[in-house]
Amino acid sequence: MTATKALVDGAIVAKRNLIKIKRVPDLLVFSTMSPIMFILLFAYVFGSAISPGGHANYREFLIPGIFAQTVIFGSTITGAGMADDIQKGIIDRFRSLPMSRSAVLVGRTTSDLLNNVLVVVIMSVTGLIIGWRIRTGFVDAAVGFLLLLAFAYAMSWVMALVGLIVPSPEVVNNASFMLIFPFTFIANTFVPTNNFPAVLKAIANWNPVSSVTQAERELFGNTGGVPPIHTWPLEHAKVYTLLWCIFLVAVFVPLSVRQYRRAASR
Amino acid sequence: MVDVIQARGLVKTYGKLRALDGLDLAVPEGTVLGLLGPNGAGKTTAVRILTTLLTADGGSAQVAGYDIGSQASKVRSHIGVSGQYAAVDEYLTGFENLDMVGRLYGLGAKAARARATELLGRFSLEDAGDRPVKTYSGGMRRRLDLAGALVASPPVLFLDEPTTGLDPRSRIDMWEVIAELVSGGTTLLLTTQYLEEADRLADDILVIDHGRAIAQGTADELKAQVGGERVEVVVSSREDLDAARSVLAEVAIGAVQVDDHTRRLTAPVRGGAEVLMQALRGIDAAGIGVLDIALRRPTLDDVFLSLTGHAAEDAIVEAEAKPGAATVKAGDPA
Repeated sequence: MTATKALVDGAIVAKRNLIKIKRVPDLLVFSTMSPIMFILLFAYVFGSAISPGGHANYREFLIPGIFAQTVIFGSTITGAGMADDIQKGIIDRFRSLPMSRSAVLVGRTTSDLLNNVLVVVIMSVTGLIIGWRIRTGFVDAAVGFLLLLAFAYAMSWVMALVGLIVPSPEVVNNASFMLIFPFTFIANTFVPTNNFPAVLKAIANWNPVSSVTQAERELFGNTGGVPPIHTWPLEHAKVYTLLWCIFLVAVFVPLSVRQYRRAASR
Repeated sequence: MVDVIQARGLVKTYGKLRALDGLDLAVPEGTVLGLLGPNGAGKTTAVRILTTLLTADGGSAQVAGYDIGSQASKVRSHIGVSGQYAAVDEYLTGFENLDMVGRLYGLGAKAARARATELLGRFSLEDAGDRPVKTYSGGMRRRLDLAGALVASPPVLFLDEPTTGLDPRSRIDMWEVIAELVSGGTTLLLTTQYLEEADRLADDILVIDHGRAIAQGTADELKAQVGGERVEVVVSSREDLDAARSVLAEVAIGAVQVDDHTRRLTAPVRGGAEVLMQALRGIDAAGIGVLDIALRRPTLDDVFLSLTGHAAEDAIVEAEAKPGAATVKAGDPA
C-alpha cells in the first residue's frame, strides 16, 4: 500500500520534473553537450598523444570511461534539483500534502534516470560517429547499458542527500565538481592506471568508477584483448560495480528519506 | 464550539533562542484566528509545527481532531497550507500546478483536472491557466498558491503572511478572496504583521512576541487597549497653540495633549477621516498656520509599544542581536 502510493505519487512528481526539462531545455542541452565536448576533446586532443598500453584504439578505450564520468556528473542534477525545490519552498508544499514521504525523492531520481537514458543515447551516437564500436552481442551490450544506468541511479540517491543538506543549488554544483573531478580522474577512465604512482594506483583499482569503466569495456568488447589489472575489483568488475550500486541504494535511500522529512525551507 | 486547532505549551528552540516559548492557542470551528507579531516573533514556526512541517521540542497540539505528532498524515489530509513565499512551481502552468496538487491529495485524474479548472476560475486566473507561472505577477502567484491550499477543500486552512510583499492593489484583492473563503465556514489560522489585515479578516487576534502570547482579543478590544485613533497637528507658531487646542477639543473624545516645545497637539478621536476634515475646517476657519496634520491609526507598533513597551522594530533588532539568531532566520523567515 505504502509502496504503491510512493510509486504513484513518485510518478506524479517525475512528470512534473520532466515538464520542467521540456520548458527549460537549457538544462538538457548542457547535460548532453558537455559529454559530447568531452568525447571530442579527449578523442582528438589527448587521443593524438595517448597510446593506452596495448590498446590499439584509444577512442574505443575512451568511450566507456566517458560514459562512467558523464553519468556521475549527471547525478549532480538530482542534488541541484532537490536543493532548488527546497529553496523555492516547493518541498514545503509537498511535505504539507498527504503524499508518500519518499515520493519526491522517487520522482526526482526517476526523472533523472530518464534524463540519463537520453544522455547515454546521445553519447553512444557521438561515439559511433567517431569510431567507437560495440563488439559483443545484444545481451552483453544491453547488460552494459543497464549496469551503467543502475550506477547512475545509485549516484542520484547519493546526490539527493547532498542536495537536501546543502544551503543552495549552487553549492551542490561547486562542491560536487570538486569531489567528482578527482573521483573520475583517479581511475582508468581516460588512461590506463599501470603507470600511476603507487598510492593513486591503489585508489584507482578500488575506485568504483574504474570498475564501472572496466565492466563497460568488457560488455561492449572494448578491452582490446588487454586483461584487467590483477586486483579483485577489476577482475570482477561487473560484480564489484553491482555491489556498489546495491550498497549506495541501501545506504542513501533511507538517509535521503530521513533527511527529506526534516528538510526545512531556507 | 469545538476547537479545530488547539495547541498547548508549544516549545521550539534553535540553539539558545526559544522561537516558541510555551505557546497556547485555540481556534474554534469556522472562525479565524489572526496570529499577529513582528518578524521573528515565532509566527511561522508555530504554523510550521501545526502543519507538521516541523517537530516541536515540547507541548502538544491537535488539528481537526488529530495529534500533530502521532497522526501527522491524518492532519495533512485535513489541512491546506499557503506560505509566505508562494510555493508554486514556476515552470509548470497554473493548471499543471493545481492538477499536480490535486493528484497528490489523491483526488484522481479526472477530479483533479476539474478542480484545477474550477479554482483557476474562482481566483481569476483562467486566462493565465495555460501559461507557466514564471510569467505571473506576485499577486497572481499568491492567488495560485492559495488555490493550491484549497484543492482538497480542507476544513482547516493555514495562511502564513498571505500578503507580505504584495503591492496594495494585490493585497486588497487577496483580502477579498480570503474574506469570501472564510464566509464559507473554513477554520483559518492566519499570521500577519499588519494589524489592519488581522482587523479585517480575523475574529480573534493573538499577539505574540518572543514565541509567547502576550495579548488576545478582538481587533476592537486590542485597539481599545492601545488607544484608538488620534489627530496630530503641528502648528507653525506657538501663539496659535491655544486656538488650535480649542478647535481640536471640539472633535476630541478625550483630553487634548499639547507639547509646547514641538508645537504638537494630539487629540484622541473616533470617526476617522470625517473627523480629520472637521478639524481641518475648524483650523482653517480660525486662521491657524499648520506645518503638519495627520490622522494616526493604531499600528502594530502601537500595539507593541503598549503591550510590551518596545516597538515592533526593536523586537527584530533584538532577535537579530541574539546569538543563534542566524539559524532562526534561516529556518524561520518570520
